Amino acid sequence: MNIVVLVKQVPDTATRIKIAASGTEIDRQGVNFVVNPYDEFAVEEALRIREKHGGQVTVLTVGEEKAEEALRTALAMGADEAVRVSAAVSDPLTTARAIASAVKELQPDLVIAGKQAVDDDQGQVGALVAALLDWPQVAVVTKLDLEGSGGVAEREVEGGVEVVEFSLPAVITAQKGLNEPRYASLPGIMKAKRKEIRQIAVDQSQVGSPVLRIGALQLPPARSAGKVLTGMDAQAAAAELVRLLHEEAKLI
Amino acid sequence: MILAVLEAQDGALKKISHELMTAAAEADAALASGGVAALLIGPGAQEAAKAVSGAAVQEVLVVEGDAFARYSAQAYARAVLAAAQSTSAHAIVFGATSFGRDVAPRVAAALSAGLLTDVTELFAKGGALAARRPVYAGKAIAEVEATGDQCVVAVRPNAFTAKEQDGSAAPVRPLSVEVDPGSVRAKVREIRRESGGRAELSEADIVVSGGRGLKEPGNFALIEQLADALGAAVGATRAVVDAGWRPHHEQVGQTGKTVSPGLYFAVGISGAVQHIAGMSSSRTIVAINRDAEAPIFKMCDYGIVGDALEILPQLTQEVHRIKG
Ligand SMILES: Cc1cc2nc3c(=O)[nH]c(=O)nc-3n(C[C@H](O)[C@H](O)[C@H](O)COP(=O)(O)OP(=O)(O)OC[C@H]3O[C@@H](n4cnc5c(N)ncnc54)[C@H](O)[C@@H]3O)c2cc1C
Ligand SMILES: Nc1ncnc2c1ncn2[C@@H]1O[C@H](COP(=O)(O)O)[C@@H](O)[C@H]1O
Repeated sequence: MNIVVLVKQVPDTATRIKIAASGTEIDRQGVNFVVNPYDEFAVEEALRIREKHGGQVTVLTVGEEKAEEALRTALAMGADEAVRVSAAVSDPLTTARAIASAVKELQPDLVIAGKQAVDDDQGQVGALVAALLDWPQVAVVTKLDLEGSGGVAEREVEGGVEVVEFSLPAVITAQKGLNEPRYASLPGIMKAKRKEIRQIAVDQSQVGSPVLRIGALQLPPARSAGKVLTGMDAQAAAAELVRLLHEEAKLI
Repeated sequence: MILAVLEAQDGALKKISHELMTAAAEADAALASGGVAALLIGPGAQEAAKAVSGAAVQEVLVVEGDAFARYSAQAYARAVLAAAQSTSAHAIVFGATSFGRDVAPRVAAALSAGLLTDVTELFAKGGALAARRPVYAGKAIAEVEATGDQCVVAVRPNAFTAKEQDGSAAPVRPLSVEVDPGSVRAKVREIRRESGGRAELSEADIVVSGGRGLKEPGNFALIEQLADALGAAVGATRAVVDAGWRPHHEQVGQTGKTVSPGLYFAVGISGAVQHIAGMSSSRTIVAINRDAEAPIFKMCDYGIVGDALEILPQLTQEVHRIKG
């Protein structure tokens, strides 16, 4: 079973967002970059599949040289190979085309992505890659079992769980709950440092032109602190809160 | 035209479908695209179509048949593409639901079109459709334009207000869509319901969430009782989900669900950035915390400083009293 895991480097979730002077992107100064949390579930799942079924785990990112840090983190967790794809991408579709082109070259049986990257929160690259390859996808997966030439996955939907049967090759996108990602071991970290990262350059003709453009990036309107009841007994405070919600806010 | 891809369950339109008709009307106004058509796919589509108002859409396309008996992103995307072609749609509008998020990318890829997802506002920019959408888990708002002739949109639940539509039902047009069974390589086998009869988190008008301040899992009964009194959904922080107190589908936050209800209760929740990320677009926020310095109080509309275990039963009682 050969698996390609898609990993993206994103700002740490605790980052305070500041807008850059351009007005269309964040100020990257002082920002701590990490592996997208959902991609950690994806890497972990691939490692578990390899441990059970054998095969090879290749982690892949599309990005600048700095993004190789994310690949090294995944190598330290236990991935076998790492690939950095360089291509001029600026939206989910061009990113997905670059990924699909590299996947065609690598010919895995399975691609695992994160459910969503926590920077631009698109949640579409996994399914776009599947569509471009004409593969099936199962998105937002919390349980995955592979058997023979296919598998069964559970995915979260409103108010329940969908159990989906699929055949390989396929794209799976990982949701929290799928597994508990392991920490990198010290020998793993040492080995990952020395590992060569394969470079794939995707021709611009494969990537095409972007279809989305960021016009502006803004901070959300600040919320001001409201009415906080202090020093009241529970009964009085509860009665006052319900009165406010009923009479003032008219919400209940 | 704008094509709104509606959702139904057991032959009835889902709440998001009404919001989609508002969003589609706004897209139509932005693009002057000549009207709105709706699409319903799969079991019960015909029945649900009867509830679509002629004031909201010009026609409802209905796709049924064996290929759509069980959900598959591949087959459903084909139905949407056929309907888009049949209506010459400039934009195709989905809900950013588990269904919409699954199918919309496949449609966008097939059309080489941009997908504006998790959209909270739609407007026109230089003749193209543009949207506002939260990024960095709501810590910033991006204004994004879809270049190109066609685009696909997925709107966040609760972001567009459903409008009361009276008048006669819209005309229904069956559309036959052929799907080669061999081309469908992922299909739903079964669906397990897990909400236990409560409102679904991402769609609910009111959400009552609890955190580590509840002290122990058993005390979540107090959260559930308040939620039931309000007709609300139950949410939780990652701290209590990771501790195994609550199922993980209840987690609100950056690595959980994003919710935008009219009213959000944060009970025994400190207000970590990753939690705020999932609920900051709620219209009204109520915080209950023992610690007056808890960060959650900096962004709430109403709050009580006090012990949640004492306050919750009183709140539930007051709500029952006021609702008669
Ligand atoms: C990558 C990453 C992703 C994350 N994603 C999420 C996410 O999606 N969602 C999420 O929620 N968190 C997430 N977190 C975790 C987040 O950082 C916080 O740890 C978590 O939200 C804290 O949960 P809490 O408020 O329940 O607990 P605490 O921070 O421990 O807060 C408990 C609060 O309860 C109050 N309290 C105690 N006793 C009482 C009482 N009797 N009555 C009233 N109040 C009381 C305390 O004053 C305190 O403010 C993430 C973290 C990381 C690193
Ligand atoms: N530049 C990238 N390189 C590698 N994988 C990516 C990239 N962008 C997105 N992905 C993958 O696609 C998933 C969803 O991303 P998104 O659609 O941007 O939210 C991520 O969790 C990654 O697994």
